[in-house]
Amino acid sequence: MTPTTQDEKRRSPALDDSSQPLSTQSSRSTFPYYPGCTLKTTAQNFEDSALATTAILGIDLVEIPRWNCCGVVSSLVENDRMHHVAPLRNIIRTQDMIAERDDEIESRLVTLCSMCTNTLRRTNLFLRQNPEDLEAINDYMSLENNYEGDIEIVHLLEILRERGFDAVADKVSNSLEGLKVAPYYGCMLLRPKDIGIDDPENPTIQEDLIEALRATVIDTPYKKMCCGSYQTVQDRYAVAELAYDILTHAQREGAEVIVTACPLCAFNLDDRQKEVRERYPEFKSIPVLYFTQLIALAFGLGEDALGFELNSVDPRPLLMAKGLLAPR
Amino acid sequence: MTKTMMITREGEAFLARIQEISGEAITACDQCGTCSGSCPMASEMDITPSEMIRKTQMGQEDVLSTKAMWLCAACFACTVRCPRGIDLSKIAEALRQISLRQAVDHIDIAGIPASERTRLPQIALVGAMRKFTS
Ligand code: SF4
Ligand code: SF4
Repeated sequence: MTPTTQDEKRRSPALDDSSQPLSTQSSRSTFPYYPGCTLKTTAQNFEDSALATTAILGIDLVEIPRWNCCGVVSSLVENDRMHHVAPLRNIIRTQDMIAERDDEIESRLVTLCSMCTNTLRRTNLFLRQNPEDLEAINDYMSLENNYEGDIEIVHLLEILRERGFDAVADKVSNSLEGLKVAPYYGCMLLRPKDIGIDDPENPTIQEDLIEALRATVIDTPYKKMCCGSYQTVQDRYAVAELAYDILTHAQREGAEVIVTACPLCAFNLDDRQKEVRERYPEFKSIPVLYFTQLIALAFGLGEDALGFELNSVDPRPLLMAKGLLAPR
Repeated sequence: MTKTMMITREGEAFLARIQEISGEAITACDQCGTCSGSCPMASEMDITPSEMIRKTQMGQEDVLSTKAMWLCAACFACTVRCPRGIDLSKIAEALRQISLRQAVDHIDIAGIPASERTRLPQIALVGAMRKFTS
């Protein structure tokens, strides 16, 4: 006899357990999804863990066809239409995909990388607020359909918040009780205010998620401080100094792991620990995980979903010692 | 007591140009220093972000030869905190643009040692190329 799975419960009204919280009964939704370049290489573990966990949560992410690099950063120059072209093309491809599909799909494009989120949102907001610029860029992009202005850009964390973190909590089979996790936001999820997904000075969205996974939240004021971003290319030691501050403050408060939503933050906080140790030999390394890896761990998923082999500081010894991961 | 400060005609033209490229009301800055106190890169900079805007206000073109504008990480910490609503990240970008529009790159991506270049994720390289090359 096979035990009743959540899937069977969902299908069979006879098995419907009405004592369950509403959130677990919420139906599946399908969203267009923009991965961005880095999620296909150094941050493949971010994408893998996100796709595996969202499938369990009833969130189906469908990659948009023929997407291109969003440009990572927005131009901060007034009247710079050219640098909106790359982000907009992705938004138009989303619009096209929605029009071509005959199933029910949301008109909200889901992103995972904080920098892509910021860049796509900034372009979307700019073009909605400036119809003249939108018209000019639509005219210029003569090989594409015109953008009608109806697509929203949402970060996966926002979708989880909207559906309620209880829905995440309900799927936890490997409680992270006893694991001390410091959320790290950096810049692009929070700033500027009209682009960010949470309060720029007092964000709580990752804290709520960590609590839903039953881990302990470690709060530090450094969670909103920049990791140095692309400065890592020209001055890796300046970035190592920032990483040192961010990581050691979290460690001092008791953090055992850091979580982030950005492949560049992850690189600067994780890989750059090598440079941190060159400068501060007494520094003790600390694993840096994507928030989706933390969810995958709490859902009891396997190596394919966790992708820890791509993390620079290997979190497995710590997680095995804490009984959160089976020894291999 | 009223204090009058004069800026030169060239200085005025420089200020007007940065205001135009950035779209920011640079003269509204009252030098409170909040941006400098919020800036993660300030300790590496030769002049602080508030000095960067002060020099620009005064039309001092030598601001273009400072390191500070190249060390700005466009993190928007100053942007969300400035009590005068000034977006300093746009002013730093305008200063970089004056230099980059001369078709002079600030960094040589091809000159980065291969060991480092292959280690860096695309997101870092593309971001740096967008901010530091023309
Ligand atoms: S925070 Fe604003 S007003 Fe204060 S010094 Fe900086 S730019 Fe000027
Ligand atoms: S945007 Fe630039 S100047 Fe402003 S706080 Fe960040 S690094 Fe400093």
